[in-house]
Amino acid sequence: MHELALSESVVAMVRERLGEARVVRVRLQVGCLMAVVPDALRFCFEVCTRDTTLDGATLEIDEIVAHATCRTCGSTFAASSPLAVCGACGSADVRVVGGDQLRIKEVEVV
Amino acid sequence: MCATCGCGDEHHHEHEHSHDHHHGHDGHDKVVSLEARVLEKNDRIAADNRAWLTVHGVAAYNLMSSPGAGKTTLLERTLRERRGRPVSVIEGDQETERDAERIRAAGARAVQINTGAGCHLDAAMISRALTELTPAARSVLFIENVGNLVCPALFDLGERARVVIASVTEGDDKPLKYPHMFRAADVVVLNKIDLLPYVAFDVARFAAHARRVNPRARIMHTSATRGDGLAEWYAWLEM
Repeated sequence: MHELALSESVVAMVRERLGEARVVRVRLQVGCLMAVVPDALRFCFEVCTRDTTLDGATLEIDEIVAHATCRTCGSTFAASSPLAVCGACGSADVRVVGGDQLRIKEVEVV
Repeated sequence: MCATCGCGDEHHHEHEHSHDHHHGHDGHDKVVSLEARVLEKNDRIAADNRAWLTVHGVAAYNLMSSPGAGKTTLLERTLRERRGRPVSVIEGDQETERDAERIRAAGARAVQINTGAGCHLDAAMISRALTELTPAARSVLFIENVGNLVCPALFDLGERARVVIASVTEGDDKPLKYPHMFRAADVVVLNKIDLLPYVAFDVARFAAHARRVNPRARIMHTSATRGDGLAEWYAWLEM
């Protein structure tokens, strides 16, 4: 349910930066380790933008994967979960970094 | 842990300012690069909270768990057994004053925040509660978050440290099921260990799971009702 709070934050941040400008598109970067469900975020965004300067705006979500390094065999790979398992050797002793983005990249205004 | 960037440091984030190329007078759509953190506002207020708490020497701990893991019971016992430093508590629940009443009955000042539909506390709620509570200089402040192992992990409140409480009645795979919460913890308290003879809970397996998602968290074993492990808890709190 934190998708609702995140959507409210997106609207507040955009309005703080752009004032009354009419916004038609918002592009977010969401790290895969942030426990954010894109569909839930889209649903909440639609609700939160109603009757604001973002009403009807398209929401684009770029999901960003994390980087994993296996402590057993040293191989590196992209991970979409904090519980990633090494594809090369099967070890669960994996260091996962990144994937923690929650950013408003750009917006399109008219 | 820092909720914004996921790093282990309690550091101050720079406020990134946008490079707005917003002209908007020529009738064409304009793409404006914002490069803003979604939770920038929360994190700004959290930084203010942290600065206020630091200046006043207040050690604030954010306590998170699923409902029923024993947060309030651990706090009640901590309050009854505390020695030197004054303690106050911010209680977060969706509804009722019940937990704040329990804390007051145990002898501490408490403010109850009812989040209603909200599933977590945020920095602005803590800021308002601090104004109401005005914790004493060099005191300890416990923030009992809403019982929830998902959402509170995202929101920095300005605390000194994050404590995740799990209990042996919950199953030893909790860290794997809720990795984001356990990743965010400075301390993991495994509570209700007096019930170990009656439940199929493997303490070693729980520790291994917790280490897998968070190798740096300190793990403590407690029973808030029987008193096991509380000496270590008080020592860590410097109470």
